[in-house]
Amino acid sequence: MDRIWSMEIMKKLNIDYIAEAGKKPKGKRPWFLNNPEVEKVLSITMAIAGELAVTRERLDTLERILESKGIMSRDEIESFTPTENDAHERQTWHAEYLARIMRIIQQDREALETSPDMNEAVEDLAKEFTTE
Amino acid sequence: MKKSDYSGQLPPTYDKVSRHGVFPEPTHDETARFNFIASLNQHLAGVSAGNKVVYEKRLKPNFIKEHGRNFENRHEVHRALKKDPYWQTWSALRRNTMEMRQQAGRSVVLRQIDDLNGKAEKLNEGKPTLKLNSEIKSPRYASAVDIHCQVGGYHTELVEGDISVGANYDSGIFVTTTGGVGPGIDGGGRAVASSVKQKFTDFKPKRILDVGCTIGHNVLPIAQAYPDAEVIAIDAGAPVLRYGHARAQDLGVNNVTFIQADVENLDYEDGYFDWIQTTMFLHELSSKSIRRIMSELGRMLKPGGLLLQVEQPNYTPEMDLLEQAIRDWDCWYNNEPFWSKMHGMDTKEIMRMGGFSDDNYMEFKAAADTVDGDVTKPAKAIFEDHGREALWTVFGAWKS
Repeated sequence: MDRIWSMEIMKKLNIDYIAEAGKKPKGKRPWFLNNPEVEKVLSITMAIAGELAVTRERLDTLERILESKGIMSRDEIESFTPTENDAHERQTWHAEYLARIMRIIQQDREALETSPDMNEAVEDLAKEFTTE
Repeated sequence: MKKSDYSGQLPPTYDKVSRHGVFPEPTHDETARFNFIASLNQHLAGVSAGNKVVYEKRLKPNFIKEHGRNFENRHEVHRALKKDPYWQTWSALRRNTMEMRQQAGRSVVLRQIDDLNGKAEKLNEGKPTLKLNSEIKSPRYASAVDIHCQVGGYHTELVEGDISVGANYDSGIFVTTTGGVGPGIDGGGRAVASSVKQKFTDFKPKRILDVGCTIGHNVLPIAQAYPDAEVIAIDAGAPVLRYGHARAQDLGVNNVTFIQADVENLDYEDGYFDWIQTTMFLHELSSKSIRRIMSELGRMLKPGGLLLQVEQPNYTPEMDLLEQAIRDWDCWYNNEPFWSKMHGMDTKEIMRMGGFSDDNYMEFKAAADTVDGDVTKPAKAIFEDHGREALWTVFGAWKS
């Protein structure tokens, strides 16, 4: 599937197929939770859960093809033991990954821990800098 | 949590869906995305079963405490459910799966729209069995909202000669029903065709009409069961007819003529048809149109002819009020504005609108009969995903 070719056709047809695919159905959307922001986060979470499943299935396909070609066996994956160096690299990756995901919690805590001059409000500064 | 609540039944994988000449070809990852959504739907059927627990343990006792009596109708149950956080979470997730399924289908179809439209055009070109009429507009009851959140309904054309809404519909039925309608998504039609063949062995219809055919998936099995019959399939939407006709041609079913027409005003003479069929059509109408259409169907049917309608079961006094309220979900939250009213009607009363006598009324259950050894045939559902299961109520009558 040639995506670039596809984009060219879409331009010719004047269809924004990415936006069109996610277009809202006609009719007022019902909301169920007491907080629509939470419901939006739920919605995004489910979409990401879906994409994780897609990636997992692709990986599964890859493993099965490699196994069928005798390149590796899935038992090797199960019994794989990292070397000291492998383990260090992996755990570093996990730490970076988690820090990236949990950024907002880190920053929320830093706001409490740091001094007021690290947390000045832009609205206040805007006022200060425009009345000087 | 009992183990069987979520792990008892696995939906078939999307690669089992039969392909045909205009089927939107999915990539590996698009297939995986459909697999995820079908699995999510299956899982949510288990979540939905928890509404029963909520109902018995929380809603019913609270209602009785407050009102000194039990619930009396599905609307009271619905009002109580709406305030319950368990139902709210299930509903928010269920609405999401409908939207995700639309996005998934449309993204597969729209990236290859030009190719698909070209394939359909080639299969349809010069064929007398496709008759479109650009004067026919989709009625308000079919276009005021996008029914079951199907973006663009059955009628929207993004480009000239477009079939994309039909292709999108075809791509996702398997997912919404978690494979219950079989690989050819035609379980409803096959269930009807085999029931009629078995029940009415002497019935040899010469002219058959399928009303509201969309992509023709449920009329093809009927046309195949009666290959000598002249079959006419009508719908108001041009894109679904183009797609349905191309699909039928590619599948080698040539005795169906797809016609764009206003179902309320058909110009066939009185008594023209031996068999008139509607499948999952009535609930997409309106109170006024159902009367007009029933009267028109009664008029066009030959004395001694058969009218059959396939629907999800209507709400009878015997049906549990919670089940009725859960079945109504599709009305309020999946853009099916006539669903609740229609399913609350007495099916005999619907038949009377067409001039059929109660004496000739019949009703039976029909399941999607899958092909022998078909791996997609699901085990009996542990929890019914109300409104989605591949077990239909068929009602109708012989015309006296």
